[in-house]
Amino acid sequence: MTRLPSGGLIDRAQSLRFSFDGRGYQGHAGDTLASALLANGVKLVGRSFKYHRPRGIWGLGSEEPNALVELRDGARQEPNTRATTAELFEGLAARSQNRWPSLRFDVMALNGLFGPLLSAGFYYKTFMWPASFWEKVYEPLIRRAAGLGRAATAPDPDAYERMHAHCDVLVVGGGPTGLAAALAAARCGARVVLADEDFRLGGRLLADAPEIGGAPGEVWAALVLAELASLPDVMLLPRTTIFGAFDHGTYGAVQRVADHLAEPAPGQPRQRGWTIVAKRVVLAAGAVERPIAFPGNDRPGVMSAAAARGYLNRYAVLPGQRAVVFTAGDDGWRTARDLREAGAEVTVVDPRDSARGDKGLRVVAGARVVGTGGRLGLSSVRLDTGERIAADVLAVAGGWNPTLHLASHQGGRPGWDESLAAFLPGTPPPGMAVAGAAAGRFTLAACLADGAAAGLQAARDTGHEGQPLALPRADDEPAGLRALYHVPGRKAFVDFQHDVTADDIALAAREGFRSVEHAKRYTTLGMATDQGRTANVVGLAILAEATGRGIAETGTTMFRPPYTPVTIGALAGAQTGPDYRPTRLTPLHAWSARHGASFVATGAWLRPEWYARPGEAGWRDSVDREVLQVRKAVGFCDVSTLGKIEVVGPGAAALLDFVYANAIATLKPGRIRYGIMLREDGFVLDDGTCARISEHRFFVTTTTANAARVMQHLEYVHQVLRPELDVTILSVTDAWAQIALAGPRARDVLAQVTEADVSNAALPHMACTEANFAGGLRGRLYRLSFSGELAFEIGVPPDDAAAMADRLLTAGAVPYGTEALGVLRIEKGHAGGGEMNGQTTAGDLGLGRMLSPTKDFIGRVMAQRPALVDPRRPALVGLRGEGLRTGAHLLDPGAAATTANDLGHVTASCWSPHLQAQIGLALLSGGQARIGTRIRVFDPVRGHDGEAEVVSPVFIDPEGGRTRG
Amino acid sequence: MRIPCPLCGERDAAEFSTIGSAPPPRPAADAPTEAWHEYLHLRENPAGMHAELWQHIHGCRQWLRVMRDTRTHAVASAEACRP
Repeated sequence: MTRLPSGGLIDRAQSLRFSFDGRGYQGHAGDTLASALLANGVKLVGRSFKYHRPRGIWGLGSEEPNALVELRDGARQEPNTRATTAELFEGLAARSQNRWPSLRFDVMALNGLFGPLLSAGFYYKTFMWPASFWEKVYEPLIRRAAGLGRAATAPDPDAYERMHAHCDVLVVGGGPTGLAAALAAARCGARVVLADEDFRLGGRLLADAPEIGGAPGEVWAALVLAELASLPDVMLLPRTTIFGAFDHGTYGAVQRVADHLAEPAPGQPRQRGWTIVAKRVVLAAGAVERPIAFPGNDRPGVMSAAAARGYLNRYAVLPGQRAVVFTAGDDGWRTARDLREAGAEVTVVDPRDSARGDKGLRVVAGARVVGTGGRLGLSSVRLDTGERIAADVLAVAGGWNPTLHLASHQGGRPGWDESLAAFLPGTPPPGMAVAGAAAGRFTLAACLADGAAAGLQAARDTGHEGQPLALPRADDEPAGLRALYHVPGRKAFVDFQHDVTADDIALAAREGFRSVEHAKRYTTLGMATDQGRTANVVGLAILAEATGRGIAETGTTMFRPPYTPVTIGALAGAQTGPDYRPTRLTPLHAWSARHGASFVATGAWLRPEWYARPGEAGWRDSVDREVLQVRKAVGFCDVSTLGKIEVVGPGAAALLDFVYANAIATLKPGRIRYGIMLREDGFVLDDGTCARISEHRFFVTTTTANAARVMQHLEYVHQVLRPELDVTILSVTDAWAQIALAGPRARDVLAQVTEADVSNAALPHMACTEANFAGGLRGRLYRLSFSGELAFEIGVPPDDAAAMADRLLTAGAVPYGTEALGVLRIEKGHAGGGEMNGQTTAGDLGLGRMLSPTKDFIGRVMAQRPALVDPRRPALVGLRGEGLRTGAHLLDPGAAATTANDLGHVTASCWSPHLQAQIGLALLSGGQARIGTRIRVFDPVRGHDGEAEVVSPVFIDPEGGRTRG
Repeated sequence: MRIPCPLCGERDAAEFSTIGSAPPPRPAADAPTEAWHEYLHLRENPAGMHAELWQHIHGCRQWLRVMRDTRTHAVASAEACRP
């Protein structure tokens, strides 16, 4: 065990059992999987992406490039989880990735021997020929050999949710800078959100254990957090990653609500996706230590010096007994001293000749590490002096990269600061200030002062006032640094996660990929899930050297959201499966369900398809019965899903006259007109009825599918094109239950349920009236027909719908569903969704004569374009023939089935129980002229090839006598 | 993106739908075909300030004329088409 007997911020009273690759271990509450593995002496945790090289733990947090594991089992299995951020819980099960058959013996490690074949751009060079081999052979092979973890194959059993928050000041990062910023802003009374990806706030205060005002740093952090928690307008969000900066102060965040539990508590979401809108943002995301590329720098046991210090101070884990610290600056010496204090034997390798010894530390000044030894973990370190040092940990300090990602998400290009040897944020998004180490101010005192000033300024910018924080005393000694990125030699890794070496970058430069953007894509440097957080600067430095330029001149690539990978669940929230969008139920839904209806989804609506009765063998029995009932007696249908729009005001007639292609202004109150609307490009938008309830009140219906589109169209035409008209437009779809009553006996039934006079004289075809109904119900009556029968539509308030349906049933009408509705309309030759498909004109649908020659209307001019009035256009016809199916194509008899010979297609088809024949509607080139001829019906998808007779689309009562009866 | 609706205040862009570039004025019925072609098909696509039409569909349902910089997404103004 390498756990120290005391110290650290873990709860030693609480032991947690966990497993890694099937073997059981023990850790403590407050551990991460990484710290617990190190405490158990486990250094080998994974195999690398391309070469299957053994890898260990490099970092301390979300920057970790190596230690990616599969976490949990079954449906909750999650690949590529960073061991350094996975919080330990009782029973945690993790497995290493990308190895076979085992982590310690991986046959794919042979890839390492073929390293030269897998160098930069290998897939562009090696797998080019023959082209067909790429998909069939090479890619599956590479996929198996190179890759990361395996995702679960079962559906995710957990719930996710979406949340929104608005605040004055969003503080990103809960280290010393962020804590000072949040406190300064909160004390002014600003609404503050403080988010940090860690489960414990404090950042480097926890990892470095510095003194603040004479007390341990974590004590100061605890005091600040207690005060923040006591303030009503402060929200603390630990375990929350701000993953993206979007436009206008909008930030995306993921809160890991239950990832630290074996499974979420009942009713608890696993993760919560946040949209946070902030007036001001303080980016206090700190900095991440970068590696140095030297041969063998990826061996398990080689780790970030700052991380080694963090494991020691926060988790009381001594990462090695015999430590070598390879540091390019003063910062690594802190690690050396902390390791020494903890009892390790420490050698410091510092390339600076000026490096001096320190009590209890062996120092090799002016030297570099040029190699490492050990099979599955570090056992020795080789220096350029020729010396070989036995070691079980090599802590590497290559300098610090400010975590400036969010500052560049909106296009702010980072700039190179030679004196700090770091990229600093460019112009951050509006409203964002970058503070502390993220801005290149690395000492603790500077972080506290910078955070406090940024927090105060942010509060002031949002209308709050307060006093500057009185800051406690803290270390202000800048760490000297000699920039060192690279020690030449083979297998010097730059991007651990994508296995990119210094040689790869140099090769890319030699092959002409001098631009940083090209070199990145060619080598895949920085393109792994960590977006090169540890790799990029070292890679740039090597590219700069190889191309004889400075780093500033070489430039850098940009960062994009997300900062760390985001689960799809957190983005989707509850909108999955049947809840992907709302389901709309009509007022008669429950009634229909009680009466045997099965339902079909039409858009967001569920509509009754048919009402099955006992003894009916299949759906056709039910539908045929319902159709014949309407043709021979009377039936009723729930048509509440039709779009219903009230257009009211002195300008209503003028607006509708402009929107409909046919005349509306001449419509008299109490009358209804069938109307079609065109788009401005001349094609049909929708059809429906327009009832003039009174002089200035119109009731417009639309098809179910186009309800929202027509509403938006009317609003557009009114507000944008005809703003002078005094009109109010209101969607009343949900305000009315609408029932169609159709059949030769419709009037008899209607007379039993209403007090209104429904005689042909009082309520002729295409008339409407307000009406009282039996039982005290009030509503409207419209005499119009979709089925071709004598028909009415009854509108009542939704709450009265079931009562009305009961009365109609009692009076002798039977309910029919959408399938029968469809058969009835095909028999009558009414255009529906299959015909009004956005590519048909009024002329195509046989409605050309409706276009008013005497007024201006939407689509009028463009409807006259030559191509839209071409007589060869496919036009609506009826078809009669066996085997007709919707979607089949039409050809001249004997013509070859080629696209050039295609004459159109079947748009709707059904069995007509009335005609005892298979019938259909079709859009057929030169349609009207072909009536009476025969046509080939070619349906290769369903294996049908036959003939049909071209007939008039109106199969029933072409004179319309039934409707007007 | 946030859009300052003159009726509802600043709201998330997800509450709006857009048809993109604001079309030129609708030509007279007897205008030449070219004018109709331009009205129907030709749209500005500037790198910079751009007049667009957005509708606050999940709010007041007003159509808004929004001046937006296509390079930065900065919204300079949003006015109701029918005040």
